[in-house]
Order: sequence, then C-alpha cells, then structure tokens
Amino acid sequence: MKDKKSARVVVVTSGKGGVGKTTSTAALGAALAHLGEKVVVIDFDVGLRNLDLVMGAERRVVFDLINVIHGVAKLPQALIRDKRLENLNLLPASQTRDKDALTEEGVAKVIAELRSKFDWIICDSPAGIERGATLAMRYADTAVIVTNPEVSSVRDSDRIIGLLDSKTEKAERGEYVDKHLLVTRYHPWRAARGEMLAIDDVLEILSVPLLGIIPESEEVLRASNVGSPVTLNSPASPPARAYFEAARRLKGETIPMHVPSESRGIFNKLFGRKAA
Amino acid sequence: MKLFNWFSRSSAPIARERLQILLAHERNERHQPDLLGVLREEILTLISRHVSFDPDKVQIKMDRGKSVSTLAVDIEIPNSFGAPGETSQHRRPRSKRLRNDGARTMDQRVA
Repeated sequence: MKDKKSARVVVVTSGKGGVGKTTSTAALGAALAHLGEKVVVIDFDVGLRNLDLVMGAERRVVFDLINVIHGVAKLPQALIRDKRLENLNLLPASQTRDKDALTEEGVAKVIAELRSKFDWIICDSPAGIERGATLAMRYADTAVIVTNPEVSSVRDSDRIIGLLDSKTEKAERGEYVDKHLLVTRYHPWRAARGEMLAIDDVLEILSVPLLGIIPESEEVLRASNVGSPVTLNSPASPPARAYFEAARRLKGETIPMHVPSESRGIFNKLFGRKAA
Repeated sequence: MKLFNWFSRSSAPIARERLQILLAHERNERHQPDLLGVLREEILTLISRHVSFDPDKVQIKMDRGKSVSTLAVDIEIPNSFGAPGETSQHRRPRSKRLRNDGARTMDQRVA
C-alpha cells in the first residue's frame, strides 16, 4: 500500500481441463516473483481448488476468496505468502459446492483491492465456460491461453478466444484483451514426425501470438508431486527455462522463441524460431 | 511434409485440416449466435400478418448437410384460419406443414 502500484491482471485460461492451467499459473507466478515482481495468484476453481496443492500451501489455507467476497475475512488474512519467495502470494479458492458463491461485484472488489498492492494478479481459471471461467477472465488485461497441440484443446481455445473478445470488461468497453498462446506438453520430435500438430499449425489456426512452448517433461510432474512450482523446484530444467522465458516475454522483453531441451543446442537449432 | 506422408504415422495434417474446417464453421456461428431465434421471430411476424395461429405450435428446425442445409418451418394452422385477430375454435388434430396445405401454399404467397 506504501507505493501506489497498478497491477496487470492476467487470466490463465484454456476451456479444456487438464492442459496445464494450474501448473502454468504457479510456474509463471513464481518466475515473475523470482524476477523481482510482486505477484498474487488467485485460484478461481471454486469447489475444486488445486493451486494451493501445486504450490505446496495446502496446509496453510485458513480463509479463501469466497470468505473475502462475503466479508468473512479481510483480504490480507486470506493471502498466503509463499515460503520460498516473499513477494509471491496465493489467494486460494474455497471448497464450497455453491457455484453462486462467486459474484461479479465481489470479484471486482477483490481485484480492485489487489491492483493497488501488486504488480501482477494472475487468475487461474477453472476449465469450462461456466461462471467460474467467465469471472476469472472478466477483469483481465491480458490472457494466457494454455493449449496442448491436440484437436480438442485447440478447438476449446478457439472458443475461449471468442469469450475473451466478447465477455470481458475490456471487450465490453470496446477495448482489446491482450492475448498470448502458451503451448504446453509439446513433443518436438513428435511434431517433426507429423504425429502431433506443430506450433505453426496451432498458431495458424488460432492466430494468437506465441508466449512460449513448454516441452513435455517429467520435471512438471515431479514439481507438482512435491508442491513447488517447476520454475522454483528445478529452475534449470527445460520446462522451467521455457516458463522463465515466457514470464520475461509477458513483462515485455523480446526473447527469441525456441523449445528448451536437455541436450542444449540440437533442438534449439532445429526448432529455433522468432517470437510472434 | 509430403515425405512424411509416406509414413502412415503422419496424422497431424488430418488434425489441422479437420480443425480448420470445424473452426471456420464455429466462428461463423459465433457471429450470428441466435440465427434460428431471429429467423423464427421474423417468419412468425410475417405469417401472423396473414394467418392466425398458436405460437406454441410452431417448430423450426435446421439441418446442416455437407453441401446443403435445410430449414424446416412447421406451423400448425387451424382449418378455419382467417385474418389475424379472428379467433378460430376448430383446430386441426395433427400439425401439417404449411407448404402442404391445400388452401394456400407458401409458394403461391411468394409468387
């Protein structure tokens, strides 16, 4: 509150479930915090919260987003400060089954309060296109669309892009939500063999600029097993390097696009590309 | 890519083509979110100017085919239909397509 900040609100969304929204929220949030930014990640998946678990804060949840909206708790009471990075904070979702617990006015109030305290507000959207998902994107300035190179994920992403262009507050004001594509679970060799949609295919179909390509890696599962964002748990691993680069692109840096790999060099040479 | 197609494992081009066709179609629909609703409204307004009928006994259906789509409008009209405002007591027991109606057909009206 001391210095007047005005956060950028980012929604991490996808439509389809299981593509890596929560993993990406945690990894990008931690990467930005590591780069010195003041970050809060919010779990919008009311009833099925998981961001707390992926970030290793599941036993520290006392109050949640719904409690804050309903005035049961004050915002600072509900925020959980990360044990590894002090400028990384989590606002967990509640476990309530009541889908209407999340209200538009309530979310607006919480976001407005957070805007003055942080540099980045990263909203982890639930899957689907229901209330939770539309409220997660409602006040976003920027959207990170997480997509797997697979037909159903690409189709759902296209649907989400349509919603971002019509249902967000920015869109209703006639402004434009800044959209970025984050391709996750990418297998460069499969794409090269024509077994998997290539990055260029996905970009051509969705026509959204690329934020990063996260290679499929066991490090992602390992990180969630131990409750630590992959960017903190194994920062030198290929997915972590890809997330770090994506975070720096979000900040506005220009970094050539490539798929980080274990054997440094070979894939980078083969699949090196310019940032979109 | 051609070279890869020689090997049967290359399914990504099929995925890309299917997505392109599907999304072109879905995006088009998104821009006219309620085409059927609008058509229904306008068709009913037009017909009610000439014939009175029960708005609940109207069925509008769209079938999308590969090259041609069909729009079926099924309006149940009482046998003794008249000008709008006149209420008729007798209704046909089963609905019948307007175009098959012996008295007046859509074609005649349009012509």
